[in-house]
Amino acid sequence: MAGTALQRRLTWRVAEVVDLGDETPRVRSLVLSVPGWPGHLAGQHVDVRLTADDGYQAERSYSIASAPAAGERLTLTVERLADGEVSPYLAGELRAGDKLELRGPIGGYFVWDIAIGGPLLLVAGGSGICPLMAMLRLRQAAGSDIPTRLLYSSRSLEEVIYRNELDRLVATGTALDVRLTLTRDQPERWAGYHRRIDTDMLTEVAWAPNERPLTFVCGPTPLVESVAESLVNLGHEPTRIKTERFGPTGG
Amino acid sequence: MGFVSRAFKGRPRDQPRDARVPPGQYLVRDFPVLSAGPTPHTPLAEWSFSIDGEVDAEKHWTWEELRALPSETVTRDIHCVTKWSKLDTIWEGVSVDTLLEGVETAADYVMAVCDGGYTTNLPLEDLTGGKAWIAHAFDGQPLESQHGGPGRLLVPHLYFWKSAKWIRGLRLMNDDSPGFWETYGYHMYGDPWLEQRYSGD
Ligand SMILES: Cc1cc2nc3c(=O)[nH]c(=O)nc-3n(C[C@H](O)[C@H](O)[C@H](O)COP(=O)(O)OP(=O)(O)OC[C@H]3O[C@@H](n4cnc5c(N)ncnc54)[C@H](O)[C@@H]3O)c2cc1C
Repeated sequence: MAGTALQRRLTWRVAEVVDLGDETPRVRSLVLSVPGWPGHLAGQHVDVRLTADDGYQAERSYSIASAPAAGERLTLTVERLADGEVSPYLAGELRAGDKLELRGPIGGYFVWDIAIGGPLLLVAGGSGICPLMAMLRLRQAAGSDIPTRLLYSSRSLEEVIYRNELDRLVATGTALDVRLTLTRDQPERWAGYHRRIDTDMLTEVAWAPNERPLTFVCGPTPLVESVAESLVNLGHEPTRIKTERFGPTGG
Repeated sequence: MGFVSRAFKGRPRDQPRDARVPPGQYLVRDFPVLSAGPTPHTPLAEWSFSIDGEVDAEKHWTWEELRALPSETVTRDIHCVTKWSKLDTIWEGVSVDTLLEGVETAADYVMAVCDGGYTTNLPLEDLTGGKAWIAHAFDGQPLESQHGGPGRLLVPHLYFWKSAKWIRGLRLMNDDSPGFWETYGYHMYGDPWLEQRYSGD
């Protein structure tokens, strides 16, 4: 469980929204310009803090979806929860030019870098794709051919975040395989999976345990628990399975 | 006045803020989970608990021996560094005072050592004097493995990652040294009332 120690002081910074784009009907990406941003690793997150005019504050964590790169730009991708306090503001109210307080990067365990190698198994549910996308974008930007498989569970094709970009990554990248499972609605003649991720699906998609894949699982708690458990039962080394759960309700 | 987020209102706050909720936290009713890897499942027959490190004599318990010690039921508020708090959670566990009875040590710090390779560091005085337990039940039920069962450390006055899941021992140390989460930038102490989330807070 060795890793790089991150012992830098995390100060609040004021970021500016420079661009917004809808990924799905409920999910929006925010491109932020963060003066003084120290850089990040794929998989890390930031804490965002909103302040009302009476001083009331709400803080939540959001994964950095953009690849590590020089400069001050970051992308966050936010799913709007119906009665949520923060996500409807970020993915509904914010406009280009608005300012936002955040600090980070946070987390040093659920991270991947080219030097860490593979093969790589990425398993996502819903917005759990966000930190994994930073890894896929990094891999692409580096022209890496590290064998990589993504298994991504969504309710419907319409709700698949980054769908076009994933298609493009598969078409233009090397040694990347993306499998979708659509748990609620499938288009006609859908040839992919249409059930929750289970052991059989992981047997088909995951690397064999003796290939010692490095695995990142991210999504609602029940998905993360069951995927990690299935992988251990299939013989994968627990220490090579890294998990991140998006609370609070765990979907 | 400092920074204001344009048009952010937040949840209605017609009631005064609950004095039991530390700054930056919000209340949940369910019980979220935070961990870095798969949930370990050590069979109870293979489970043991140790006190070792800077002690004159190590102490060990099997699961049955630990469960035979007197347990206390405590109702406490818990606060996770990921911003949720949960009030009046009911736990049953063996007080760390009970486990440390008769242990001779000059150590000031403790590393909680867990299945799965997790560790977290705490000052010894935060574990003594009725402030910490090895919890084996939550809400009247045996503690689920997802939530750290069979046994987790319960130190409710610190952020909840210090209440290490799947605990297997306390290693006494003369000097403080970062555990698993602390190595990745989380605070060495973790007082929720001072918002000691990350290193430097
Ligand atoms: C490390 C990490 C990384 C994350 N990365 C991302 C990411 O990249 N993208 C992303 O979209 N999310 C991410 N999340 C989740 C994110 O932090 C928020 O939890 C999420 O956006 C919901 O926040 P919210 O304020 O909108 O909802 P909250 O107000 O927190 O509510 C969440 C849900 O609980 C219910 N609820 C909670 N409290 C109440 C209450 N008092 N009354 C009624 N209902 C309540 C709401 O109905 C809502 O559906 C991440 C979380 C973590 C821990």
